[in-house]
Amino acid sequence: MTRSLKFALPVLFTLCAALASAHADRIGDLGEVTIREQALRFVSLQDPTVRYAVLGSVLLGITCGLLGSFIVVRKMALVGDALSHAVLPGVALGFLWHTSKDPLAIFIGATVAGLLGTVVVGLVQQTTRLKEDTALGMVLATFFAVGVCLMTMIQRLPTGNKSGLEKFLFGQAAAIGPDDLQLMAVVTGLTLLAVFVLYKEFLVTSFDEGFARASGFPARVIHYTLMLLLAGAVVIALQAVGVVLVSAMLITPAAAAYLLTDRMNRMLWLSAGFGMLAGVAGAFFSFLGPSLPTGPFMVLGATAVFGGAFFFGPRHGLVTRWWRQRSRAQRVQRENTLKSVYHVLEGRQFQGEGVSLRELAERRRETVEEARQQAAELCRHALATLHEEGNLIFLTPAGWQLACAIVRNHRLWELYLTNAAQIAADHVHEDAERIEHVLGEEVVRELERRLDYATQDPHGRPIPSWADLRQGAAPNVRPDDTVGYGSSI
Amino acid sequence: MNQLIPPFDFERVFLAPWTQHFELTFWIVLMGFLVATACGLVGNYLILRRMALVGDAISHSILPGIAVAFLLANSRGTTPMFLGALAAGVATTILIEAIHKRSRVKQDAAIGIAFTSLFALGVILISLYASKVDLDQECVLYGEIGFVTPLTQPVVTVGGLTLGPVPVVRMAVVTLVTGLLIAMFYKELLVSSFDPALAFSLGINATVMHYALMCWLSVVVVSAFEAVGAILVIAMLILPGATAALLSQRLPVVLLLTVVNAALSATTGFHLATWLDCSIAGAMVVMAGVLFCLAWVFSPTQGLLPRQWQRTRTNTALSAPEWIH
Repeated sequence: MTRSLKFALPVLFTLCAALASAHADRIGDLGEVTIREQALRFVSLQDPTVRYAVLGSVLLGITCGLLGSFIVVRKMALVGDALSHAVLPGVALGFLWHTSKDPLAIFIGATVAGLLGTVVVGLVQQTTRLKEDTALGMVLATFFAVGVCLMTMIQRLPTGNKSGLEKFLFGQAAAIGPDDLQLMAVVTGLTLLAVFVLYKEFLVTSFDEGFARASGFPARVIHYTLMLLLAGAVVIALQAVGVVLVSAMLITPAAAAYLLTDRMNRMLWLSAGFGMLAGVAGAFFSFLGPSLPTGPFMVLGATAVFGGAFFFGPRHGLVTRWWRQRSRAQRVQRENTLKSVYHVLEGRQFQGEGVSLRELAERRRETVEEARQQAAELCRHALATLHEEGNLIFLTPAGWQLACAIVRNHRLWELYLTNAAQIAADHVHEDAERIEHVLGEEVVRELERRLDYATQDPHGRPIPSWADLRQGAAPNVRPDDTVGYGSSI
Repeated sequence: MNQLIPPFDFERVFLAPWTQHFELTFWIVLMGFLVATACGLVGNYLILRRMALVGDAISHSILPGIAVAFLLANSRGTTPMFLGALAAGVATTILIEAIHKRSRVKQDAAIGIAFTSLFALGVILISLYASKVDLDQECVLYGEIGFVTPLTQPVVTVGGLTLGPVPVVRMAVVTLVTGLLIAMFYKELLVSSFDPALAFSLGINATVMHYALMCWLSVVVVSAFEAVGAILVIAMLILPGATAALLSQRLPVVLLLTVVNAALSATTGFHLATWLDCSIAGAMVVMAGVLFCLAWVFSPTQGLLPRQWQRTRTNTALSAPEWIH
């Protein structure tokens, strides 16, 4: 997987670079002033077209974000894709009804077609051996083909005016008029209402359908309610985003929210917010140049949000996780170094001054150079100071305390395994090596209590006591050493 | 409504195309058949692997691949187009895997995110370079199978022998190679589709098979693209295979039925389009859909009607008095 990611990233970067250069070219064509003027026109919201577009994008983002959350957690993300294609014959028939762009007729036709599509998907799954993906793909394709045939037939009609229909393919937020806006507001209102009133029902049927049925929830009614709302959302989104990309507005913001939280209500908030953000960003960018489609920019906006969550999400983000693992590995490494220093000191009954790099390297079976790096790492975290040209390590009080704590954890755990779990004394070291870094203070106190405050580990070495830790200074620290020679390394 | 659906005239719909416009009809039907066959054969394996919607994703996300290839190579040559499509197909596959293996997002959502992002990128590239990229957005979506005839396309001649228009010959080669590849790697494809663990124990690398299938899918899709467009490719990928799967449970029979289905939907679809005067590729898909519905209702083993009939017969037999002693 790492390798495939390494492949994917350059490809992505190339595409992004291509896009960036494309953009630059465009700006050159237009001239700096026009872009700025357009941007100002957008931001000032004085133009009614801009106001409609922004308001439409916001409503759209909220509706898609809310409903998308439910289909993402239900693992039906691609139902949105199928629906958006399946509505096409409905759009065409609704168009035919008035042979003009009447939003309500188109809306009704499309919603009916979309619902019909989901019913067919359900039927195919129930009555044949075909799986969900095949059923979805088939309905999507067949309905879309019927739609394409109808559209080509309508275009041939003498009365046919196809100018409005083309917008349904790629979307143009600037084409949103007051009528469309009314419809969007109604659908958004209904969606908000449904999510608010039926929140519990949607939640239960999404996560545990068996439980929902057993508790008497009409799971199928709820499913089709969701599908009806979804069809409505798809239809209002069509105009701004276009047929192909509607599913992105449903899936991407919700998936980004899914990466950031474990709670459904927070996911709904986040997802609606992301949807709004993507919608407005898309409207803004497509406004900058002539004949730039809105949908793709909205989708790329949503993808950027998803990318942010994917890489930098506080809990599940790829970079965050990598960073966390790295810092944990570094901490373990530091603690092991400290432990080795302790062992060296212990080997000569805590006599003599400091620990030389050579001693540390011998103890850890490493080269002096590696030991030097580790010592420098300890210095960086103020756990030790270096003296005599960086060859002698002195632990600071904090370093001594941590070293004692780690050795204590290790030996207590060994003792516990031999005493309580009856494991042979020569088998406990490996396990203790791992657990010593994660034992919390509470657990250690409990271990001590259970082991009757034993003072010796199974190998007969003394366990550093609580008092040793609290004493706070290594026996061989020079009291005058607050700033050592090597602390500047 | 009368204007929308022209009166049915047997002479005009079924005879005239073959007698008066043979040159047009033959190449269009042949192209439809080749596209449906190549897509259907590959599609069978997608259906078996439950990856039908990955086919959907790839058929969309090929768009930026082609756009970038056009921009870089500055021509509509076949080679850059195929290379661009391959790169886009592989990129989609990798993106989908990366998203759903590296985060808790499920595969369906990962597919949705990957292909819409790439498709959006493609649309933006094309609309920015509309003058340089000789690619019509609508043509990309719908395709225009009517333009594959020798009347509008250069003709391939090998050693004085006229083979046919370039897109049809190209599609024929792709279809033949698809058939050959399936014949050559029949066992590998079969085992890795049904039981990846067994494939692994037999020394077949399922990951390599997966990527190889995706690469070949991209090649098939890009060559079918010109004729049927991005969205109808998905229909050709799924419908023939799904119909065949309803009629038989044995893979060789299913593959054969796919080819038969392709021929039927191409021919009947063409006549439907002649009758209604609508998009030819669309009509072919509609006919493929009709064939699916027929199989769904009448399939001898799994059809709705035969099963209903069998159930009634069993019920009658069980409730017959002579059974109760």
